[in-house]
Amino acid sequence: MAELWFWLVSVMVALYVVMDGFDFGAGALHLVVARTNEERRTVLGAIGPYWDGNEVWLLAAGGSLFLAFPKVLAAGFSGFYLAMFLVVWSLILRGIALEFRSHVQDTLWRAFWDAVFSAASILLPVLLGAALGNVLRGVPLDASGTFELAFFTDFRTGNPVGILDWFTVLAGLFALVALAAHGALFLAWKTDGPVHDRAVRMARSLWIAVVLLWIAATAATASVNPAIFAALPGRPLGWLFSLVALAGLATVFTGLAKGHWLAAFLGSGAFLLGLLAATAACVAPVMLRSTLDPAYDLTLANAASGSHGLRTGLVWWCVGFPLAALYFAMLFRIHRGKAAAAAEGEGY
Amino acid sequence: MGDPLVWHRLQFAFTIIYHYLFPQLTMGLALLIVVLKARALRSGDEAYNDAARFWIRIFGINFAVGVVTGIPMEFQFGTNWSAFSRYAGGVIGQTLGMEGLFAFFLESTCLGLLVWGEKRLGPKRHFAAALALFLGSWLSGYFITATNGFMQHPVGYTHALDGTLQLASFWAFLLNPWSVAQYAHTMVASVVTASFVMAAVGAYYTLKGLHGTQARIFLNLGVTAGLISSVLVAFPTGDVQGKLVAKHQPVALAAMEGRFESGPRAEINLFGQPNVKERRLDNPVRVPGVLSLLAYGTFSGNVRGLNEFPQDQWPTHIELLYYAFHIMAGLGTLFIGLMGLAMLLRWKGLIHRTRWMLWALMLAFPFPYIATTCGWMTAELGRQPWLIYGLMRTAAGASPTVHAGSTLFTLIGFTGLYFVLGLLFLFLIGREIAHGPVSGAGEVAHG
Ligand code: HDD
Ligand code: HEM
Ligand code: HEM
Repeated sequence: MAELWFWLVSVMVALYVVMDGFDFGAGALHLVVARTNEERRTVLGAIGPYWDGNEVWLLAAGGSLFLAFPKVLAAGFSGFYLAMFLVVWSLILRGIALEFRSHVQDTLWRAFWDAVFSAASILLPVLLGAALGNVLRGVPLDASGTFELAFFTDFRTGNPVGILDWFTVLAGLFALVALAAHGALFLAWKTDGPVHDRAVRMARSLWIAVVLLWIAATAATASVNPAIFAALPGRPLGWLFSLVALAGLATVFTGLAKGHWLAAFLGSGAFLLGLLAATAACVAPVMLRSTLDPAYDLTLANAASGSHGLRTGLVWWCVGFPLAALYFAMLFRIHRGKAAAAAEGEGY
Repeated sequence: MGDPLVWHRLQFAFTIIYHYLFPQLTMGLALLIVVLKARALRSGDEAYNDAARFWIRIFGINFAVGVVTGIPMEFQFGTNWSAFSRYAGGVIGQTLGMEGLFAFFLESTCLGLLVWGEKRLGPKRHFAAALALFLGSWLSGYFITATNGFMQHPVGYTHALDGTLQLASFWAFLLNPWSVAQYAHTMVASVVTASFVMAAVGAYYTLKGLHGTQARIFLNLGVTAGLISSVLVAFPTGDVQGKLVAKHQPVALAAMEGRFESGPRAEINLFGQPNVKERRLDNPVRVPGVLSLLAYGTFSGNVRGLNEFPQDQWPTHIELLYYAFHIMAGLGTLFIGLMGLAMLLRWKGLIHRTRWMLWALMLAFPFPYIATTCGWMTAELGRQPWLIYGLMRTAAGASPTVHAGSTLFTLIGFTGLYFVLGLLFLFLIGREIAHGPVSGAGEVAHG
């Protein structure tokens, strides 16, 4: 049961990255991909109907983690205390920028919110990538099941570790480039005109950078946490998901070459999903690795909630998840076709 | 900087009080928007659609701030109260997880449809979207109230071998009588807030001689819903709350009433200042017997005073708790009076010409916010010194690895950010109200 919940949580986290990832990416490119007010409204119009729902995947994933592995949530959130609030504040500023920009027709007002939106959209993938890097590298969990981390120490991956070191910064950079590339494909699919053309051009170079960084990040992970790759031969799921990621990557490049934008976007979604799922398959059963002593690792076995709660949760999850998927299908259907520029004065 | 606990508590209290300023309007307004849309559908009168559109815009701005201030709440369980989350996550993770999956997805999807989709959906389906939004927001209210209900009155749990709490009975936990009562009272209170706001905007337009038809719709619906909800918030829902507190948290009740001595025919204190050091209430104005009646339904009910309980079980801020409770209940009584009078004038067809009443309605809208905040302070301060009543002390729930300085830093950060957010919010709402409702289905350009 704990293992099933590990997968449910992982899938929801991966879905969060894929979904909110495209609007982070679009936001990170916002200032360069769209120059005039009209073009910027096109970008905002394209992600407008989705971003709030996308963000709910974070809450839903967090809720599932809370339900199934409260010890992981408690240790992780309090251990990364200040970094967590950087995430929270960036999410706040980003949401406000998106919602408030359109309410006032004033060039300065809009330029300001465009910049806030873009800056927050750049910072968030870096933070999320660095968070994943921390999970892969491990944190100084001790016998009490808690830890605290400095922002940075000596930028090396050995004890004493900090939130930022060369490895986690690399992970953050990889996340930023990958999500920007993902967002560029979303814009290529959903928009017309100059925004579309620029998005396609950027996607071409960004995806090459993704491939290079992916190779670098994989090699770095192998050196920081060799156990992951040592485990790979015995993890068929790890192989399977790595193949999904590769197939996604291939689809991205063929889609880009042939001008099949939707296919390319779906390919990049598959790439991200495959990558995260393969990672999950290889780290299990460890959820939060201790850099002090493997005995202090938080694992599926020692961090899971009671079985009655997990079974109950599974029942309503099986109802709620399809419902959520249905809402999204409905949203994408209602807003099918190329996005028009968000009308003046629109937004909630 | 000392003990981090005080900063954790202050930060949580500040951020939740701030967050709750927004959902209380959202949830109440969602109901009133459904009423407006239903009227439009039934009568075919476009004026109701115009009214609905205006309130959907207000709703949207309010919702956006509700969403961004809600996200930190979710995080703080883990960041600031990690020992609590570790201990109780096996139980309250259920409702927090369900809230995301069942309520927030529904809300965010439907709001998009409501704001952007009027022309694409047509009147019937647009009404359905309003109804679904109402459902979503009231559902999210339930899940979070059930979480709080568990902290007030834990049921449906067992202790696991490692000492943590785990779910034993889902339905006992979800249908906790405390949560049900708290939910009813909270939701009705949110309708009070929304009605007062709607009536205030109607009164403002009437006084200014603007938007005649709309002003009348706002006043009529605001006053009608305001009277109904003001009555319901006191009776039966507030009354039921009081009885539950008397039964399950007798210390909290004693502190709410500033009562030190025990005994039957307990009096209710209309005014007075608790003097904790001397263990008495200074300058009281009392009505004998009423407290016994309210708490137990009979004059002879013995209401125990604080003296009967060891001091380490007393709530930590008795004075604040006492004033909070009295302000809520006092305002509740005044609301019934105000809305009752307004309704009377409405029936006589005089309300549009009675300037003092219009002024009163226009200026009254902040008070439901005050009453609600005081209500939550009553509930949350009354729960002290427990974080989960009878199971975990507040002092034991904070994150062990977070330093006082870090929490103080984030508290200061929130203060600055929320101050700016509040200014922006008021600015945008002010523009919306100055602009007023417009006729026609165009979600039109303006600005
Ligand atoms: C418009 C707002 C409003 C008004 C006019 C009232 N209340 Fe209230 N009250 C709330 C809004 C509220 C609230 C914010 O919604 C609370 C906080 C927690 C809860 O369940 O509801 C609350 C809590 C609350 C509690 C505390 C429950 C606890 O300790 O957990 C009691 C005993 C009452 N109420 C009783 C009353 C009575 C007897 C009222 C008589 C007029 C009254 N309330 C008016
Ligand atoms: C329904 C969901 C809610 C939950 C789960 C919840 C939970 C908590 C927690 C964990 C704390 C910190 C620990 C403590 O001091 O006891 C707290 C404190 C507090 N909460 Fe709530 N709360 C909820 C709703 C609210 C609302 C809506 C308000 C006010 C509008 C509120 C007002 C307060 C206050 C004033 C405190 C500080 C009490 C003190 O430190 O003595 N709460 N709550
Ligand atoms: C500690 C307590 C609380 C937490 C963790 C919390 C969490 C959240 C979150 C994450 C959101 C954003 C949802 C989205 O992205 O769509 C939100 C919004 C909302 N919350 Fe809270 N909340 C708390 C207290 C409350 C209380 C006490 C109520 C009502 C009884 C409430 C009602 C709502 C509603 C109706 C919304 C929708 C947005 C809005 O109406 O402004 N919340 N909350």
